[in-house]
Amino acid sequence: MDYNILIGGFAGQGMDTLSKMLELILKRKHYYVFSNKDYMSRVRGGHNFIQVRFSDKPLYSHVEELDIIVALDRNTVDIHRNRLSKNGTILIDKSISDKEIQTPSEYDFMSVITSIEVAKELGNHRVAGTVSLGAILKMLGLEIDEAVLDVLKHTFSDEIYELNVKALRRGFEMYQQKYHLDKGNFEDSIAINGNQAAALGALAGGLTFYSAYPMTPSTSFMTYLSSKMDETGIVVEQVEDEIAAINMAIGASYAGVRAMTGTSGGGFSLMTEALGLAGITETPLVVLNVQRPGPATGLPTRTEQSDLSFILTASHGEIPRMVIALKNPEHAFYTMARALNIADKYQMLVIILSDQYLSDITTTLPAFDFSKIEINRYIATEQEADINDYRRYKVTENGVSPRLIPGQFKEALIMADSDEHTEYGHITEAADVRIAQMDKRMRKLDMLKEELEEPSYYGSENPENLIIAWGSVEGPLREAVQRMNDKDMKIGALVFSDISPLPVKMLEKYTKEVKNIINVEMNYTGQLAKFIRQETGIVCNKSVLKYDGGQISPSEIVKRVSEVLS
Amino acid sequence: MMIDPKIYNSADENAWCPGCGNFGILTALKETLHELGLHPSEVVIVSGIGQAAKTPHYINCNGFNGLHGRAVPPAAAIKIANKNLKVIIDSGDGDSYGEGGNHLLHNLRRNVDISHFVHDNQIYGLTKGQGSPTTAVGQKTSMQLDGVISEQFNPVAFAVAMHASFVARSFSADKEHLKEMMKEAINHNGYALLDILQPCVTFNDVNTFKWYKDRVYKLDSSYDPYDRVKAFETAQQWGDNIPIGVIYKEDKPSFIDNLKHLEGKEALVHRKWKPSDAAKFLDELK
Repeated sequence: MDYNILIGGFAGQGMDTLSKMLELILKRKHYYVFSNKDYMSRVRGGHNFIQVRFSDKPLYSHVEELDIIVALDRNTVDIHRNRLSKNGTILIDKSISDKEIQTPSEYDFMSVITSIEVAKELGNHRVAGTVSLGAILKMLGLEIDEAVLDVLKHTFSDEIYELNVKALRRGFEMYQQKYHLDKGNFEDSIAINGNQAAALGALAGGLTFYSAYPMTPSTSFMTYLSSKMDETGIVVEQVEDEIAAINMAIGASYAGVRAMTGTSGGGFSLMTEALGLAGITETPLVVLNVQRPGPATGLPTRTEQSDLSFILTASHGEIPRMVIALKNPEHAFYTMARALNIADKYQMLVIILSDQYLSDITTTLPAFDFSKIEINRYIATEQEADINDYRRYKVTENGVSPRLIPGQFKEALIMADSDEHTEYGHITEAADVRIAQMDKRMRKLDMLKEELEEPSYYGSENPENLIIAWGSVEGPLREAVQRMNDKDMKIGALVFSDISPLPVKMLEKYTKEVKNIINVEMNYTGQLAKFIRQETGIVCNKSVLKYDGGQISPSEIVKRVSEVLS
Repeated sequence: MMIDPKIYNSADENAWCPGCGNFGILTALKETLHELGLHPSEVVIVSGIGQAAKTPHYINCNGFNGLHGRAVPPAAAIKIANKNLKVIIDSGDGDSYGEGGNHLLHNLRRNVDISHFVHDNQIYGLTKGQGSPTTAVGQKTSMQLDGVISEQFNPVAFAVAMHASFVARSFSADKEHLKEMMKEAINHNGYALLDILQPCVTFNDVNTFKWYKDRVYKLDSSYDPYDRVKAFETAQQWGDNIPIGVIYKEDKPSFIDNLKHLEGKEALVHRKWKPSDAAKFLDELK
């Protein structure tokens, strides 16, 4: 059992509220839910849609095939009807359908409802969405029970709650059951999107200071943290620009608190000089880049994975860094906490790559296990640091110097310098000191390589062809690999999360015997493939690349991989 | 226990030109910190890039010598992270008013409890003599060969217009006055901008020691820095008579005072937290 519902219309029509209620109801009915958003960069008008997919089995991706289209405007019908499955339904309001709607094709099931009329009858045109929700529930054969009413209570203020219940029942009555669902079996789930999951992971991991400038699609990471300020005692500051954002995060981290900043590509571009500052001052720092298509302003509300090449070397000069891509909301939660520990352990810059798709997908998951999260600060004790001759940048075997923070000990002063510096942190131009400090900083990567997370592997154990991907392509790819292997295509897929330093064990293992290596990436230049080739000499001889702003779907992967292999 | 004043002396080799106004500011700074009874471990000197921005290396206390124009953001964040530290920015006019202009503007608004000492020699030193935002119109420089054509920036008037909580001006060669201003700035709860007039002996042959000496005058005790109109008028004075002293004050809560959720709590750096403390946030996701 697997249904996919699309709700489409123009901005400002309330589809967000409608889809949220539907998601929550499906979740409370114990289904696995996966929803994704496709928005234009405008507050009113345009064409936006949300897809809500649900099943009695775990879901990892959006899909293109639609079962139900809830059209709040004409555009929605025209744009999406060719994706409707044979037994599909288009739910449309009479007020729109009256106006020259095309004759439904042979397998469209056009269902005209009167949400707006009923809403007006009830005295408030704004409850039309709730009327439609009632019709959807009836169509799916989902009873209006306590769970459903509770979702309404959660959504609406007391004054309009009763009215909405009335609207829901009217919608329910006006329609007939069409689908017969299996029972949901996923109990005690949570529903969370990628940015929330990452932010919650960061909170659990002890994030204490966050400075940022609002930028789609990273903004909801900041607003989530900000909504928890009072209960957690952290500071979240909206600053004047991204340059301030990263320089403040570095200052806070220097002073000893766990600090982060986050942005999207354009803001990240502004931060680049300070990446080097974090590097040379060995200040622990985690920077989140929720990618969107560039260059410049690009497609502000869409998705892409095109900042990888840039991020791998962003900032002038050479610094050690770690680059991690988030794959899904659950991975985002645990990875943020891990990144904060790594930043502290190596006194290093950790860059996290997410993207619009991941930031906005909402999935149902088992509740996170907070006992799996540790906070390790690696701030030195009096014994570990020679406080009477304290050297913040002491040259050590593994490159990591004992870190103290200002004010920790009277004897030990902390000097951080953007210039090349001595072990004490003071300016120097001495060649031998420069070499010793450079070597020490870069040496930290050797130790880091020992604790890298290998890519996850999906598919046939002895694949003939291997797909390589990273980050949020994981979900669609996972389903695509399943579909391809169901057709005996003998496909395997490696999905990278830790990218730099590059984990090579699985890569070497799986690339040895395969006929083709195909990189599937959401960019034009095949950025992961280029990096793998640079680091290992392994070449992806085929590519599936997408850069139109929409996340690649399982069916598109199947189609395009089949094409490049034929 | 009295702190030995020598404790603030740094062993670093100094790269300033002999006779530079920076020396007077450095001496005043060390004596100020000592006289305020502050231990070097309680102080962080923050700077950007420039000749003045080398100050953190020439004084023995905690230091953060960051990027050009970016002294204020880390300084503000250091204070927010650990309110027990005294955070002082020592940087030049190019760093503070040129490259860092946006941060100045917004930190006057933000009002974090830090002091910002601008070594204002009205010229670029480290890059060898180009005009700075405070160079006078018409002044010829190594770059503006026919004279500067952009309007001269008035940091004091700017800060008054921005409702700064503390704005003062002093002169590098008047150590006692400078120390008094530094003390008031450090003790002020909020963002304290102190513009310090300072000759550049190598690249500015207009605004010399004598030029300043002949022009500066101290605001007397009858001057009320809380009078906004008067302050704005005083801030306009330049040329033959240049006022020094506390020019404008506004009593208002600092940034940290405004963080009501942290009221009465320890410094952020001592925040107690464990991962399971965040588990309660799962409830709203169910």
